[in-house]
Amino acid sequence: MSGHSHEIRLTVNGEEFCESVEARQTLVEFVRENLGLTGSHIGCEHGVCGACTLLLDGAIVRGCLMLAVQCDRARVDTIEGVADSGTIADLQQAFATRNALQCGFCTPGMLLTAAQLLDEGGVPSRAKIRAQLSGNYCRCTGYQAIVDAIETVARARAKIPPLQGKGRIAEGDPGRGR
Amino acid sequence: MKPAAFAYAKAFSLDHAIELLGGASAEARVLAGGQSLIATLNMRLSSPDLLVDINAVPGLDGIAVKDGMLEIGALVRHAQAERSDLVARYAPLIAMALPHIGHAAIRNRGTIGGSIAFADPAAELPACLVALGGEVSLAGPDGRRSVAAEQFFRGLFETALSPRDVLTAIRVPLATRDSRFGFAEFSRRHGDYAMVGLAAQARAEGDGLRAIRLVYFGVGATPVRARNAEAALAADPLRIAAAASALARDLDPPDDLQASAAVKKHLAGVLLERVAQQLMAGHT
Repeated sequence: MSGHSHEIRLTVNGEEFCESVEARQTLVEFVRENLGLTGSHIGCEHGVCGACTLLLDGAIVRGCLMLAVQCDRARVDTIEGVADSGTIADLQQAFATRNALQCGFCTPGMLLTAAQLLDEGGVPSRAKIRAQLSGNYCRCTGYQAIVDAIETVARARAKIPPLQGKGRIAEGDPGRGR
Repeated sequence: MKPAAFAYAKAFSLDHAIELLGGASAEARVLAGGQSLIATLNMRLSSPDLLVDINAVPGLDGIAVKDGMLEIGALVRHAQAERSDLVARYAPLIAMALPHIGHAAIRNRGTIGGSIAFADPAAELPACLVALGGEVSLAGPDGRRSVAAEQFFRGLFETALSPRDVLTAIRVPLATRDSRFGFAEFSRRHGDYAMVGLAAQARAEGDGLRAIRLVYFGVGATPVRARNAEAALAADPLRIAAAASALARDLDPPDDLQASAAVKKHLAGVLLERVAQQLMAGHT
């Protein structure tokens, strides 16, 4: 089994696919071009920006640093599938409420990267949230609002009252503070 | 599609991988985590004819204590090593370095063996391996062999691996009660390659430190041992300024895109101070 074109069988967002791919086709190109799932974005294409983040067997990976041919018999989930599942609805809502996105290019990757941290449970420190996001570029927000949104969700999931201090936006009052 | 066309073959055993590499008429590369290799393919900095995917090769993803050493299989992902109690207990220096490698998504995929085999001069793990006096296990057409870390890294992206070899594991001596470790680096963004970094090991003895190994990365073609600074620190671990001035005889970093040689030298001194304090932590 050595060649330029390969048949792969994989599950994407719960649906099974059998497709022929070129060895050099990256996973993010595959989901966008072959499957029409354009929520995973192509940014730098060398692993720096995080816009292409998706889930491979449940773990976040760079879609530009995986070859589609490597994903034979794998389970892939993209932002479309994860959003439809409802598991990150609170995080999506917090991004909107906190103005944690403007152009939205980085947002799918940000959501999946943040979701992995939130899945660990507890309320991570802001430094830990920033370390988790270190591989995802946002050129609009300056990150503060993204960290706010993730912190809000972590506290809400842990049933801890939201922060109301200086420099933070009060819950339900999205227009103030920044 | 950005990479130049190449063929792809999935190896199902170590022998199969070596056979595929040996049978290639032109340039073949081993694909493990791919977190450096695929980036270079996308940028067409490399254009091999064949990728031999070793991800399905059994037996390369274990972490175990064997013959008094900690063995970490080549396919162990960075994230897996980060969660490992064995690594935390027996190779604390590697545990200290791991959070600095790439980002969460990269560490889920990147492998320990890949970091060592790629041998980026600014990467953390090669320096850790040299600081620990570890060794690299290789398998090739002539069988298996082991290479000491200091002999493994030979030049810029150049190692003791031949094009037909597969790196199978790294092995490091077990940390003991007297072992002391230090790790620090400067990078522009958390997770990026370091402008300068320092991995260190020593043995606590009385009030002082013995068997000090200070290994810098991002300052040359390979990990660089700072032997003069080691000697100065061994003579008196509290006179850090003397050790920092000895660094001038150890390091001759080139300018690169990240920082000038002068900046790197300055930062190397700052790192020495921080790491020396880590090594001395626990002393009264």
